[in-house]
Amino acid sequence: METEIKNESLVDEICAIPGGEGIKVCMQCGTCTASCPNADLMDHAPSELIAMIRAGMREEVLSSNAMWLCLSCYLCVVRCPRDIKITRLMHVLESLAAKSGLGSKRTTTPVIYKGFNTFIYNRGRISELWLMVRYYLQTNPFKAIKMLPVALGLLTHSRLALKMDKMSPEGIKQLKTIIDKAESSGGAL
Amino acid sequence: MKQYSYYPGCALSAEGFGRAFDWSTKAVNKLLDIEFKEIKDWNCCGSVPYDTLHELASFCICARNLALAEKMGGDVVAPCSSCYVFLSRTNTYLKQYPVLKSQVDEALAAGGLEYHGNVKVRKVLDVYVNDVGYDAIAAKVKKSLSGLKVACYYGCQEVRPIFGHDHPEYPKYMDKLVNALGAESVPFPMKSRCCGGSLIISEEAASLDLIKKLLDSAISNGADCMVTGCPLCQLNVDAYQTMVNSKYKTNYHLPVLFFTQLMGVAFGFEEKDLGLKTSIVPAEKVLAKYI
Repeated sequence: METEIKNESLVDEICAIPGGEGIKVCMQCGTCTASCPNADLMDHAPSELIAMIRAGMREEVLSSNAMWLCLSCYLCVVRCPRDIKITRLMHVLESLAAKSGLGSKRTTTPVIYKGFNTFIYNRGRISELWLMVRYYLQTNPFKAIKMLPVALGLLTHSRLALKMDKMSPEGIKQLKTIIDKAESSGGAL
Repeated sequence: MKQYSYYPGCALSAEGFGRAFDWSTKAVNKLLDIEFKEIKDWNCCGSVPYDTLHELASFCICARNLALAEKMGGDVVAPCSSCYVFLSRTNTYLKQYPVLKSQVDEALAAGGLEYHGNVKVRKVLDVYVNDVGYDAIAAKVKKSLSGLKVACYYGCQEVRPIFGHDHPEYPKYMDKLVNALGAESVPFPMKSRCCGGSLIISEEAASLDLIKKLLDSAISNGADCMVTGCPLCQLNVDAYQTMVNSKYKTNYHLPVLFFTQLMGVAFGFEEKDLGLKTSIVPAEKVLAKYI
């Protein structure tokens, strides 16, 4: 069963991305919303977001804070009676929101995601400590003070290394070539 | 000796926050006659951030790891739940979406690699339970953990979205493992609920609330400690426990261990082989009887 769809462009765009096509078969039962640990914090709950996509509310959807609050816990996914990959859909919406410039101003999650990705491209691996330093410098350096007890606890228990784990130069070169090739063929799918 | 290729991921790498999971797994492996051979020059799985902002590249960087593992042969073990989900997902999607596969193949070829889809991604718990078995594990116990009450915390991605190991919401295979060590696994209704994951940094309030609910559920069911097989779950529930206490005026002191550390204790290994001192909430008191 497919529901009548109003906004061709947004729906088509989402359906063209592997895992995004499920929005067509959603029957609005709300199981995803009832399962979501962060639903109360979202301006539009997951099932509502799907209805809004199909109603053609592009701007409202992409400027929502909902997808940025997705924990990727997959509870909705295993419970969905239509087998919709809702977690994947949330990631797809994050991607479209970031590209469209409509992204929610109420979240700093994209800042940490971008920092994370910069580490991957340049070093192939993540350093928890430097990722956090970068995030607090870019968002609110004062908040870092509040985080000091956690950071100190980790440091004194040999859990937060100053040194960064890294790949060999050849490995990084190969990884960059693969990423560059992927990005040059559109980046998005 | 049974061999697997090994993808430690950033958390279990030499400088990672979950190093104790790596150490204790390797110690336990020796006794169980298992070898994990690390994939040389593996790269980060990309996790949610790469999937979110660079979809195609996210599949490609996972496929690079799988291609390297394929050359080594056998199954690959990815202890971190997020790595496990993203590497497995790449396998599933490459089979399901031919256009995606050709794009990934092209990117891999640019780096001189190819991937034929023959690598099965496994978790440490799955390997121990299904390849070694409860009886063989119980037979290695030197010091029964009798009297220890344990909340088995699976987290989300150990059991979701990939079906097949156990129930996706109320699994029991870690509980059975803990019982094989002589300990008692307590009922823990929140055993596969989220700890906040990586949103602990940018959505701290929401994540602290989730961590509090986990602690509350484990402690109200009488747990002396919590064990998990996910480095991020361990980090969140362990390192942020003080913040939960100051925010909610609670007084939780629940040690959070990797299940491999608990196995190591039962097998009679020393503290230094298991990295027990890397826990922020000290586990010594709870484990004193057994070490």
